[in-house]
Formats: sequence, structure tokens, C-alpha cells
Amino acid sequence: MISLATLFPLAIALPQAAFWGLALVAVVAALGVVLHRNPVVEALLLVVVLLAVAGIYALLHAWFLAVLQVIVYAGAIVVLITFVIMLLNLGPEARGGPGPLTVVLGGLLALALALLVGRAAAGLGPRVADAAWNPQFGKVAAMGKALFGAWFWPFEIVSLALIAAMVGAVVIAKRRLEE
Amino acid sequence: MDAVLLIATVVKVTAIVLAMVSLVPILTWVERRGSGIIQLRLGPNRVGPFGLFQPLADGIKFFFKEDIVPPFVHRPTYVLAPGISLFAAILALAVLPLASAIEVAGRTIPAAIVDVDAGVLLLLAASGLGVYGILVAGWSSNNKYSLMGGLRSSSQMISYELGLSLAVISVLVLCGTLRPVEIVEKQAAGLWNVVFLPVGFLVMLIAGFAETNRLPFDLPEAESELVGGYHTEYSSMKFSMFFMAEYVNMIVSASLLVTLFLGGYSVPAFIRGPLGLEGNLLAAAELASFALKVGFFLWFFVWVRWTLPRFRFDQLMGIGWKVLVPLGFLNIVWAAFLVAVLGVTP
Repeated sequence: MISLATLFPLAIALPQAAFWGLALVAVVAALGVVLHRNPVVEALLLVVVLLAVAGIYALLHAWFLAVLQVIVYAGAIVVLITFVIMLLNLGPEARGGPGPLTVVLGGLLALALALLVGRAAAGLGPRVADAAWNPQFGKVAAMGKALFGAWFWPFEIVSLALIAAMVGAVVIAKRRLEE
Repeated sequence: MDAVLLIATVVKVTAIVLAMVSLVPILTWVERRGSGIIQLRLGPNRVGPFGLFQPLADGIKFFFKEDIVPPFVHRPTYVLAPGISLFAAILALAVLPLASAIEVAGRTIPAAIVDVDAGVLLLLAASGLGVYGILVAGWSSNNKYSLMGGLRSSSQMISYELGLSLAVISVLVLCGTLRPVEIVEKQAAGLWNVVFLPVGFLVMLIAGFAETNRLPFDLPEAESELVGGYHTEYSSMKFSMFFMAEYVNMIVSASLLVTLFLGGYSVPAFIRGPLGLEGNLLAAAELASFALKVGFFLWFFVWVRWTLPRFRFDQLMGIGWKVLVPLGFLNIVWAAFLVAVLGVTP
């Protein structure tokens, strides 16, 4: 069998290149979400971030997670966010930068987060698919067993919390309507 | 990934895109001639035999029309929107198996572009992204009618996606798999899923009309209220891309319906047996079987469009949330009952 590697040595590097491409897109779009002045464009850039991260999940063989990310976040939640922004008809953000307190506090928080993520990432070496890699990883069945087996209670409690939040939102919105 | 697989994938992607680009003009011809037959008028019959070259003339017209970008639109998103619509529509086709695996040069090539175990969900994800095309078009046009059309459409599509997903889940419960190929194989070995889940089939059929924004659910572009809805400000090829996206969405809806409920590409044993179909010949017959079933539903879409009047917007939302969603949930319980208590396997 002719392997792709003998045809194009570049093909070996394809997943690597895809990762760096997606990572670059995610970071640039994320910066856009924060820095762009038009709220609708920001919401759309958020979709780009979510799709790029979903692509990285898929590269890691976590297809199910990638698909859920697209269905739930890109396909539903951000649509609603965009919807609300359009209904509010927000104009471009007024000029005038953040105050000094915001800059200092925000800067410190960002630094702390960067250190935390950096520390966590530093502990991880590069991972490749080897003999120890479980072929079931990322498959729907494996995800299901994890969610409804080992993580059953946390999963159900989170579901309950979400339902409580939804009911609460309905009750609050209804009370306002009746007044 | 090796060379054969890569080449096969490139060929399959090209084939699907070419098939879509050539099917859409044919569908517009079917739609216009069909509406003519249903409404007792002629329809386009001047260009070529039976007006068959009319779509070609339309295509040339679209290409050479002036591409007007109105002032005060948000230009980057205005230009992007038709592309998002069409891209999302075609992307959904990547996971649909059009036939069983074929053999080329001693290698088995699956007939779907991507064959992953979350296939059905991938299709839902791709078609879910189509909302952005319409939403962005409505907003970027800077026109009240467009915005209203875009907002209506996004709320409609999200609402009906719920009913659609619930119907899909019932099939997944019954078949115990998310891979489209396995769902089809299970139906080919036994009975079609529609026999076990008639309610799920109906829910999905109705939701399909809403997802494709077609009559009786074409509120996003109701011309009596909203001029053209989200595409009011679009002309030339940009309008044409929305138009193509609608037809590709019809094909996706029909294909999903056929794959999940009507045996997909399977060829019935009483046809397969006497003709002695095997190997690649069987795959060709399966492709024909799939095309025939999908073709029927495409005609059904046209048929309904020219038969039923449009709903009011509140009626539309009412059907989505108060009828389809509860029915979808009941249908899942029914599917679970079939599997867990009666031990049914398709």
C-alpha cells in the first residue's frame, strides 16, 4: 500500500498544521470578540472561536465533544445571544477606554489566569496516539458511560441546577409582565 | 490516512458539490412546472423542450445581473451571509451514506464522506449553523423587513430544530447507534423505522418544512408582510446562493428523513434477489433506490407548497412548541418502551 507519507512528506505534518491553523484562528477571533466595537460582529466572532475549538477537539479524536460543542454552543446558545443583541439594536460601543481601576484589576486577573493555564500546560508533554491510547476514547459510547456511570451524580445535579435556573427565569419574566 | 483514502475523499466531495449544483436548477424547473400543473397554468415552457433549459437561462441571468450592494449595509457580514447559508447546507450532506461501501482497486471505500460514530449529530450540527446565514443577512441589510425576516426565521428554525432533534433521538434509541450506515443496515435487515415510529416520522416531516423555510412555514420571507424577508436587499448571485441553499436544505431534509425512517439506500430483497445484484452493481442500485425515495419527498415539498396556505406566525410557533415538542417527547418514551419492554429491534 502506498502510504501518504511517501507521496507527500507534508501529509504527516497535516494534523500539526491543522492544529496550528485552528489555534491561530481561535486566538485571533477571541481577541476580536474582546476588542471589536460592534456587538453583532463580536457575537459572530464568538461562533468562529467555538468552531475552531470544536475543530481542535475533532483533531484529538473527540468527535462527540466537537459535535456537541457545535450543536449546543454555536448552533443554539450563541444564536440566542445574537438574537438578543439584534433585538436590543445596540450601536457600536461608545469610545472611551476603561478606567484605571478596571485596567489594573483586569490586568492582574488576566495575568493570574495566564499563569494558571501556563502551569497546567507546562506539565503536559506532547501527546501522540500510541499503544496506550484507547481507541474508544471520544466515542459516543465511552462518553455516555462516563456521564451516566462514574459522573452520574455530578451530571444530574448540574442538570437540576440548569432547570432551576430556567424555571427561575420564567418566573421572574412572568412577574414583570403581570405588573 | 493513505493516498487512496485521500483521493477517494476528494472525489466524493467533488461529486457531492457537483451533484448539488446540478440538482438545484433541475429542482427549480420541477417546482415551476409542478406549480403550473397544480394551479392549472402552463409554467415556463418556452426555453427548450418543456422549458427544460429555463434554469440555464435563469443561471445566465443571475450571473450577468448587476450585483447591487445597497449603501449603509454592514458590508463584510452582508457579503458573507449567502456563503454561510450555502456552506452549512452542503456541509450537512457530508455524513449521509448514499449507498453501501463500494470496492475500488481491492479497497473498500465507504460511500459517505465522513463516517464517524456521531454522524447523525454531525448532520444536525451542520444544518444548525445555517441559521447564521439568514440571521446575519437580516441584520446586515440594515432594513426593517430584512431584520424582521431574519429574527422570525431564527426563532422558527431553533424552535423546530427541537422537534426534529427529538424525532431523531427516538430513532437513535430504537437503533442503538448514531452511525447513519448502521441505522440503514438495521432497517435493511428488518423493517423500516417508520413502522415502529410513525409519530416520529410525522414530527420530522413537519419540522422539515419549517427547517427549510418552505410553505406552509415560509414566514421568514412572507411577501405579503415582509417584502422578501431576509433576502430583500440581495440581488444577482448573492440572492441565487440563498435560493440554492433553500433547495439544498430540501435535499438534506428529504435525505435525512429517508435515511432515518425509510430504509435509506437499502434495496428490498424481492428486487435484489431475482436480479442477483452484488458488489458495486448493488451499490449502484442502492444509489438509485436512495435517489428515488429522496426524489419523492422533493416532489412532496413542491406539492405541499402549492397546496397549503401560509400559517400565521403565532400559529407557527404554537405548532412547534405545543404540538411537535410534546409529541416528540411522547415518541421517545414510546421508542424506549418498544426497546426496553417489548424488546423490539428493527
